[in-house]
Amino acid sequence: MNACIQLAHGGGGTLMQQLIDQELRCLYNDPEQVLHDAARLERPPGLLAFSTDSYVVQPLEFCGGDIGSLAITGTANDLAMAGARPLHLSVALILEEGLPLELLRRLVASMAASARSCGVAIRTGDTKVVERGKGDGIFITTSGIGVVEAPNAIDPLAIQAGDQILVSGDLGRHGLAIMAARHGLDLQPPVASDCAPLWPLVEQLLAAQVQLHCLRDLTRGGLASALQELAQARGLEFKIENKQLPVLEAVARSCELLGFDPLHLANEGRFVAVLPPQHLERALALLAPLGGRHIGEVREGPGRVLLRTEFGTERLLLPLSGELLPRIC
Amino acid sequence: MALTSLARQLAATLTQPWTLMEVCGGQTHAIVRSGLDQLLPPGLRLIHGPGCPVCVTPAATIDAALGLAARPGLILCSYGDMLRVPGSDPAAGDLLQQRAAGGDVRLLTSPLQALALAKAHPERQVVFLAVGFETTAPATALLARQALALQLGNLSLLLAHVRVPPAMEAIITAPGNQVQGFLAAGHVCSVMGISELELLVRKHQLPVVVTGFEPLELMQGLLRCVQLLEAGTPQVLNAYGRVVRDGGNPAARALVEEVFELVPQTWRGLGELPASGLALRPPYHQLDARRRFQLGQTSAVEPGNPCISGLILQGQKNPVDCPAFGKRCRPEHPLGAPMVSSEGACAAYHHYRP
Repeated sequence: MNACIQLAHGGGGTLMQQLIDQELRCLYNDPEQVLHDAARLERPPGLLAFSTDSYVVQPLEFCGGDIGSLAITGTANDLAMAGARPLHLSVALILEEGLPLELLRRLVASMAASARSCGVAIRTGDTKVVERGKGDGIFITTSGIGVVEAPNAIDPLAIQAGDQILVSGDLGRHGLAIMAARHGLDLQPPVASDCAPLWPLVEQLLAAQVQLHCLRDLTRGGLASALQELAQARGLEFKIENKQLPVLEAVARSCELLGFDPLHLANEGRFVAVLPPQHLERALALLAPLGGRHIGEVREGPGRVLLRTEFGTERLLLPLSGELLPRIC
Repeated sequence: MALTSLARQLAATLTQPWTLMEVCGGQTHAIVRSGLDQLLPPGLRLIHGPGCPVCVTPAATIDAALGLAARPGLILCSYGDMLRVPGSDPAAGDLLQQRAAGGDVRLLTSPLQALALAKAHPERQVVFLAVGFETTAPATALLARQALALQLGNLSLLLAHVRVPPAMEAIITAPGNQVQGFLAAGHVCSVMGISELELLVRKHQLPVVVTGFEPLELMQGLLRCVQLLEAGTPQVLNAYGRVVRDGGNPAARALVEEVFELVPQTWRGLGELPASGLALRPPYHQLDARRRFQLGQTSAVEPGNPCISGLILQGQKNPVDCPAFGKRCRPEHPLGAPMVSSEGACAAYHHYRP
């Protein structure tokens, strides 16, 4: 029988110690570090950013990523959206009895690799095991601490009429990769998740002295939800040019077939930046080579998002309501 | 730009007001989503048709599905949109709520996945809620044929398939009808061909243009239809030739013919229309979930619901005419199916109209 997680792996005894020593220790930067009840951290100068997120996704592995890479990258990206360099993470695992050890190993290796590429160190963690049928293989919660490097507060309330809106790359690939894996859709060519760390790009923008009024990563709900949240939070109208939105042909075609709007699909390595017009060119010089685009602007008006179609007409861009479901015909 | 120049041509062709209906909900969405309606000349009025399979599935069928999903051990499966449609009793919720309450409700993207489910769970009954127009009927027919060939005793079909031409006929002959020409649903014609539409045109003398779903194709369809109206030459015109052959898809038609027979069918909002539904013929009738679970053909009343979806599906009212639109009735808590489906007119207006 293939080795798998048993209840005793969370029981605090020798099996749990083995699990930590043999399977989980590689998560930590210093594998020899004594795992105490709490990690002691140097206090960096400046403001701290602090964020937490839980990850539940089926399937656990998909084209271009897995729940492990999502859990690390997602929280590190949330910190980056506050203009903060991600420094420290905690990782709490809830494992379901029966989870194949081989799968856990792959996910742990993926978490370790993601932490390295995000430049973040996993400092503390926890493991629990629940009975078969009471979990979904694995749930992961990560919390992160970063140090704010942006000179001004990056916040929806800093958005001004006249600001320009940019997106950092092509849209919808992560959501489509998950839907394809979940519903057994054999997309040809396969569409890979865009899961990637965002801090390196934010760091470059800050280094180029681009003033950022607001950043928002485009996770659940996609671009549509992110823009709507910002427009409503600030009470200003966002006007977006449809023809500027970067959507890969393969993604657009699959969405057409399945009845999805790529603007509602989740991304895990994309953000929108809202910034003053005089900083547009410098920001675009950094973003455009990576597939980023200038997609619109902020103006006085009700807190809503208007999309100008390629035909010169205008329509509302609303967030998704309810679950994303494939259509009938 | 091609679309705006077509719009100018359309405006130049129009010498009097005309009212057209796009039959298919997919077309309605494309029109409202692209804002094509904003480019039409003032004399041209568009009415949105009943071509949304989710919207016209009778409440009684949803009630039956909810009842089945509540049975312990039974697996109920259907397409995505169907899971969010409320039945006749608002308190009973929809299939997604039924799932949250413990029912085993599964989402399928292809009917043949029901076959795999039935094989994987031989000890459990699997019911496929099969809805849709002529576009999805062949896939359901294929499922029925394979289920029978495999002698799967635990798979059955709760059918609510509907046919488009009887609905077009009902709209034309309804008192107070305003529709003077149709954009027919291209995908339905890709299966069925255009012969049924030719009969309709011969009988009622109005133009029907088989149209695709891209904004450009829709605008071309409108232009062709107005040209036929202005010239007084009603006929069927296939403006979706890249997909639709006049004879349709003979293999798919033969399969549908083998498995189904035409029966009267109740449409939500339109009432019962003769020969507008499909029932399983012998020997496929043994797969009928209504027979297997002895479900009566009940008609559901929807007390106290202000939803005017019936009038909207007949093209007599616009979504914005509904007092509940965008207020009590929203995609998060729909009072009627047109607010649920990705092909419903109310959802299109709610999502896209500034």
